[in-house]
Amino acid sequence: MDFAFFLIQLLNGLQYGLLLFLVASGLTLIFGIMGIINLAHGSFYMVGAYLAWSLSSMTGSLTAAILLAIPLTVILGMALERLLFRHLYQRDHLYQVLLTYGLILVFEELRSLIWGDDVHGVAVPALLNASIPLTDNLSYPVYRLAISGVCLLLAAGLYFLIQKTRLGMMIRAGASNRDMVQSLGIDIKLIYTLVFALGIALAAFAGMINAPLSSVFPNMGGQVLIICFVVVVIGGIGSVKGAMAASLIIGLAETFGQVLVPEVAGMIVYVLMAIVLVWRPEGLFGRA
Amino acid sequence: MNEPILRTKALTKRFGGLVAVSEVSLDLFVGEVHVVIGPNGAGKSTLTNLLSGDLPPTSGEVIFEGRNIAGCTSDHISRLGIGRSYQKTNIFLPFTVFENCRLAAQSRTPHALSVFRPAEGYAEINRLAEEAMAAAGLTHRAGRIAATLSHGEQRQLEIAMCLATQPRLLLLDEPLAGMGPHESQRMVELIKGLTADHAIMLIEHDMDAVFALAHRLTVMVNGEVLESGTPEEVRSSPAVQLAYLGGEELLHE
Amino acid sequence: MKNSRLIGFLPWLVVGLLALFPLVESTFYMQLLTKVLIMAIFAMSLDLLVGYTGLVSFGHAAYFGLAGYALALMAPKYETVSLWWSLPASIGVCALFALITGTLVLRTRGIYFIMVTLAFSQMLFFIFHDTKLGGGSDGIYIYAKPTMKLGEMELGSLEKLENFYWLVLLLTAGSYLLLRRILGSSFGRALLGIKVNEHRMRALGFPVFKYQLASFTLSGALAGLAGYMAAVQYGFVNPEILSWHQSGAVLMMVILGGMGTLYGSVIGAFAFVLLQEVLSNQAWFGIAAKHWQLAMGIFIMLVALYMPQGLAGLAQKFGRKPAEETSDE
Ligand SMILES: Nc1ncnc2c1ncn2[C@@H]1O[C@H](COP(=O)(O)OP(=O)(O)O)[C@@H](O)[C@H]1O
Ligand SMILES: [Mg+2]
Repeated sequence: MDFAFFLIQLLNGLQYGLLLFLVASGLTLIFGIMGIINLAHGSFYMVGAYLAWSLSSMTGSLTAAILLAIPLTVILGMALERLLFRHLYQRDHLYQVLLTYGLILVFEELRSLIWGDDVHGVAVPALLNASIPLTDNLSYPVYRLAISGVCLLLAAGLYFLIQKTRLGMMIRAGASNRDMVQSLGIDIKLIYTLVFALGIALAAFAGMINAPLSSVFPNMGGQVLIICFVVVVIGGIGSVKGAMAASLIIGLAETFGQVLVPEVAGMIVYVLMAIVLVWRPEGLFGRA
Repeated sequence: MNEPILRTKALTKRFGGLVAVSEVSLDLFVGEVHVVIGPNGAGKSTLTNLLSGDLPPTSGEVIFEGRNIAGCTSDHISRLGIGRSYQKTNIFLPFTVFENCRLAAQSRTPHALSVFRPAEGYAEINRLAEEAMAAAGLTHRAGRIAATLSHGEQRQLEIAMCLATQPRLLLLDEPLAGMGPHESQRMVELIKGLTADHAIMLIEHDMDAVFALAHRLTVMVNGEVLESGTPEEVRSSPAVQLAYLGGEELLHE
Repeated sequence: MKNSRLIGFLPWLVVGLLALFPLVESTFYMQLLTKVLIMAIFAMSLDLLVGYTGLVSFGHAAYFGLAGYALALMAPKYETVSLWWSLPASIGVCALFALITGTLVLRTRGIYFIMVTLAFSQMLFFIFHDTKLGGGSDGIYIYAKPTMKLGEMELGSLEKLENFYWLVLLLTAGSYLLLRRILGSSFGRALLGIKVNEHRMRALGFPVFKYQLASFTLSGALAGLAGYMAAVQYGFVNPEILSWHQSGAVLMMVILGGMGTLYGSVIGAFAFVLLQEVLSNQAWFGIAAKHWQLAMGIFIMLVALYMPQGLAGLAQKFGRKPAEETSDE
């Protein structure tokens, strides 16, 4: 493997990992702060991708589609939190699993009714539709770099939000002590709604920006969801830092796995998970 | 003096920056009730958790019958012969009183893994469960669901379950808390009766009970042992009078 | 007293009536009922975990599907294989896999446990989906049904629907009895204790992990029995039988019937499969039947929100106490 090829795989792995981070960070925040396991999280990734496809074929521009789709997914997230998830906070995980599993079925069928069951491609925005030549016959697409950049920006924003802002302080306090937050007169319900909507929007946004690379297809949310579960298990529940580390590990492991040992590439993430379970069952950054 | 059944050496537990138990060394003997007193937050329950394996110590040793059990799991320690009761009632709420005690007794028997015989079919286990209920004064409640018991009765059940595991060393964390005077008296008698062939560490706030039972007394403050000795020694210790008991109460006991 | 004896007699009456079923009906409904019974075994195996050990597994399809694949891979193509060894072998493979995954997943609790069980079942899905081992995404056909011979004598060809139906009925009743027996034993009581208060069980001296692992393994083995029978019934296996939709469906059956009751799993399997059949019936719902999963999804959500104790819980609410009490004696 020469250097340019290695570099391409490295960039691909990082880009994939950063994308996973967007989905997994929302998942882990919702787990950590609200104590909710949301199997339907992958469905929001799918909804994002389909919105990007349908809105961009209407408007002719992916950027416009994304700008339109983000508020839609935030509203969707807030509505679902108010209507459904709110009833689950005090309930056993078992019922959270069941309800969100039912939600997946509903989302898949609605997707089928609204958008059909075909696979669709999404065009890369013209501005970013270029490649950087690395060697005579190898080049790297600008769009992938752009995705990585956007993901990094969002990750930095998330870090800032959680560590440095008042809202973030409330979020962190809510994660560690629900009663205390309530006794301080902080509106925990509002925080939950916001966190949930944020998580949903992040997942959907990941679906949107990745649509040109992955295309859009039925059941696309399921695969992402499972990988993100592995990310959360490896990183530690509720830890955004852990989600970042684990996303990058998984992203790189899968990408290089597919190049070096394609037959068993699908297994690698699970082997990694098994190792972490043996070594540190609470996850790399989890609380013991 | 005979060998202690359990001895701790410089036992320490930290929670982050907080040192909940600091360099505690104490000996427990068969035939003696060793009472630990101290204000709330002194580290008494944490000390119990370290001895029972509910928490691993940060450092130090716990020598039980000659072997270091520090860091062993709680089920292992229980099988070695150390039984404990919890300050915050910790029972099987949906089960009957009898089933609570039967389960406890079952943990001691070699057929515990038997997969086909009905659970009630073991005379020995049933006998142990019934003895434990009788000792704790719960026989008349055998068929009641634990959740429907009064608070005091739940405390009694807590002790009964501990007894049903036939421990040689008992760690009792505020067993009288929440009991009425009648039940308290009964529990004091029960503990007295157990003293002869058990070692007992008792955490207690009720001073009547403390001085009725204690052979040895240890005072803990802020995770540290302030004073330890016979009740008389502790009572006359200036440090204890100054720091903890406000002098008066204890002196004019 | 008289009443409770009547209720104790009820399961036998049900089995007796079900045994007579092939005399009055053939083909379609018999096949459907066979499927229900197989799912009932599968659901009971999960109830052992969810309802009696307090472990919510969302990857139970792994063991179900693995047994099917084990049969498909062991059976020589176009030749018959003996049930006498292929069934125990398939179950053994599942038990072994459950033992191995169990030692890993049981290091976690709660949400982690749910995710990790799901992840391991997906691992198996991808192994069979992505490699040629089990025919990839197309799966493998099992051309001939296993044989049951005693010496030279064929006890009953499983190619005949009613024979297979009776076998499955027998195994369902057998599984039920076995589990009842186990759950009433010291071992079963310890499992319930762990479900109710794991911490206290540990403090009483129970090696909780070993009990959970035993339960997990037994549960995987029983799911394997169901999976083997499902593979025999359909005559093929593909990765779909390992999919998480299968895990979700069986969990739904357990909850729908009422977890921690065992018989609830049987009722739940019956209700769920029937509902599936009704909702996807084109003759009744026309084009809407194609999107039956929409109705199913909404139904599942409603059960999760408003019927947490399932049908057994409803029955209890309306005063008729079911035959078995779970938590106390
Ligand atoms: N699991 C824990 N994590 C963090 N701090 C703890 C924990 N358990 C006890 N503490 C702290 O350790 C100190 C001693 O507590 P405890 O042993 O319960 O005291 P006592 O039983 O004497 O009232 C307290 O300050 C308490 O807040
Ligand atoms: Mg205490």
